[in-house]
Amino acid sequence: MEEGMYRAVCGGRIALQRRQYSASCREFSVRCPRLQLRSLSAATCSVWLAAYGLFVLSQNSMVLSAAIFITLIGLIVYLHFVKIDQESLLVIGSLGIQMTSSYASGKENTTFIEMSQVKDVVINEAIYMQKVIYYLCILLQDPQEPHGVSEVVPLFQSSKPRLDCLVEVYRSCQEILEQRKTSDFTRTLN
Amino acid sequence: MVLRSSTIAIMVLKVFFPSCCATAESGLLIGRWIPEQNSAVVLAVVHFPFIPGQVKQYLSEVQRVTQIDMCVLGSWSNSKQEKEEVLDKFLEDLSTIFSHEPWIQLSKEGDSKFWSCCIFQKCPSSPKEDEFILVYYDQRKVMLSQLHPTDSLTTFADHKGNDASKLGAVFDTVAKSKVLFMTDRYDDGPIKLTHWQSEGVEASIIVELMKQASVPVCMLLTFLLSLVSSVCKSRVLKFWPLSFIWSKLSTCEQLGHRLEHLQIISSNRKAQNQTQLMRKANIFVSLLIDMTLGILLMSWLYRENRIGQLADTLIPVADHIAKELQDLLQWLMGVPAGLKMNRALDQVLGRFFLYHIHLWISYIHLMSPFIEMILWYVGLSACLGLTVALSILSDIIALLTFHIYCFYVYGARLYCLKIYGLSSLWRLFRGKKWNVLRQRVDSCSYDLDQLFIGTLLFTILLFLLPTTALYYLVFTLLRLLVVFVQGLIHLLVDLIDSLPLYSVILRLCRSYRLAGWSYTTVLPWDLFGFLGAVECLNNHGSKKCPLPSVSGQKSVPHPIG
Repeated sequence: MEEGMYRAVCGGRIALQRRQYSASCREFSVRCPRLQLRSLSAATCSVWLAAYGLFVLSQNSMVLSAAIFITLIGLIVYLHFVKIDQESLLVIGSLGIQMTSSYASGKENTTFIEMSQVKDVVINEAIYMQKVIYYLCILLQDPQEPHGVSEVVPLFQSSKPRLDCLVEVYRSCQEILEQRKTSDFTRTLN
Repeated sequence: MVLRSSTIAIMVLKVFFPSCCATAESGLLIGRWIPEQNSAVVLAVVHFPFIPGQVKQYLSEVQRVTQIDMCVLGSWSNSKQEKEEVLDKFLEDLSTIFSHEPWIQLSKEGDSKFWSCCIFQKCPSSPKEDEFILVYYDQRKVMLSQLHPTDSLTTFADHKGNDASKLGAVFDTVAKSKVLFMTDRYDDGPIKLTHWQSEGVEASIIVELMKQASVPVCMLLTFLLSLVSSVCKSRVLKFWPLSFIWSKLSTCEQLGHRLEHLQIISSNRKAQNQTQLMRKANIFVSLLIDMTLGILLMSWLYRENRIGQLADTLIPVADHIAKELQDLLQWLMGVPAGLKMNRALDQVLGRFFLYHIHLWISYIHLMSPFIEMILWYVGLSACLGLTVALSILSDIIALLTFHIYCFYVYGARLYCLKIYGLSSLWRLFRGKKWNVLRQRVDSCSYDLDQLFIGTLLFTILLFLLPTTALYYLVFTLLRLLVVFVQGLIHLLVDLIDSLPLYSVILRLCRSYRLAGWSYTTVLPWDLFGFLGAVECLNNHGSKKCPLPSVSGQKSVPHPIG
């Protein structure tokens, strides 16, 4: 198991963990920076100060309880639906590719793509506002057209690692996909 | 030139192991071996003691029923103490009794997380190291989901080679072997199995009772419905005025709809496939919700004499509408919006419509003593469902605003006639004519008197156009308002009718049951947990590997596409 520190597109530090279970089975996890206490308290304080200001103006105590309620609900929603702690990619040569995102509240969201549907794993460029960012994506095979691509599935969307991290993951994935191609080749020969 | 075919070809052996058997006692692994994909699907574990002959007989019976090649795939040992040498020998002897190629030997020691596995192959295909992947699957969820290929995808599943979905075959195997899951280790037969239903077949008393009771209820319902539909279809109700009225009333349409739905539910035939089952379930839930809401509405209406209050307000409301219409007509007869109308035509049309309103008001006043009773009996029909009550409301609105509908029709007809006349005379004005035979405009020479009269009429119609157009506009807007209100009510009725509540609730609560299959869908992972890839040497010996943390067990499925 190897771990490396990299940077994300926005500049935050992220950690990439690579594990090799066997020759055709590897796992990559990218860990995003955790929720900072500083930003949490800043947000809470600003909401409560605004609510207190409204209370002073309107003398209605409902404003204060509403502010507390909103802060709690907002925090829960943020932790459960928005803040992703870790994204991991598990590539099993003969079975498929699995993507897992785990949220700060502990919820895990997984998606599995069968190997027969995977055409290739590539690094794409995208122009976003004034930046050019790179992202890793899986190209899915079009069942009707053997050379077509039916869908592009982007990976590591919340952690957004930079090119150096992506190149590591890309190289490992390509090694596994190569094995699949050679095994297919030998199977068709036999 | 020699083709090098000896590139690194790692033959990966995949074993799909049910998670419920991880705590099972030692025994034999039975399931299906799929040679094209080099994978073994383990369906259950047969416990000691057993008689090999009986096991083989049982397997052949199951094979005959389910059309899947069941066989003994290997052995499973879950020993609480340290491994014994005797057991090892015994397990190896088993491989000679039930010959299967390759023979898989899985074992787990006590409470440790270490699993070990061996594969025995008589003729190794390649001298290289084979790779072995163990996939842990939740048998119950795979059984209950719809991930096995349905009828529409059988052509797809027939494709051999890389096009066929490998995992589809696995799901198919598990789904088809239902009969295997009927017996478990607590039965008194010769074979003791462990699988997802070994802890007891899942059932609840209420569901079972409902299933038992549903058959006579369905038969009774079918009988009643056939009576009702034969009455509806009888000749008596098909005479012209009645059939016209039935077609116009939305209540009858809604009742017909519901009758159809009831017929679908109470039919004796079982649902052929998943979509029919879901449709039946959705209709049933929608009917249930409908009836509940209708009964709630009824109980609210009949409390505190609300019906009387409603009837009391109905007449004043109708009067008020009539008065507003009269005011509107007076406004039109004067100088509406600053436009100058043709006085004579204005007066004629205005008086004509005013007389109609007068008739309508007298009619309403005639009916006023009976309104309360009618409303009371009509309110009873709300117990048939909220949709019926809403349809009746829509019909009542239509009846109360019948005069607006009449005005609209008069205004529209007048306007239409005027436009038609104008267009024809315009053509005459220019010296052209509409050729009916050729469906086009042709030039035509008219006589002088034809031209004179035609021009005169054209001028008259043209200058009368603003008046008629204004009346038409006003009444069309009124009619649109009424249609809009009725349309909202119908929208609500359609929503209750066709919202698939059962599917929505199933998606929220038991989402694995709705996981459908499409060859472009990315599979929901919830069904599989990955245990770890364990490397195995070819013939003898085994390797122990520590497992990574089991992932995917507590996840929410998220299919893409």
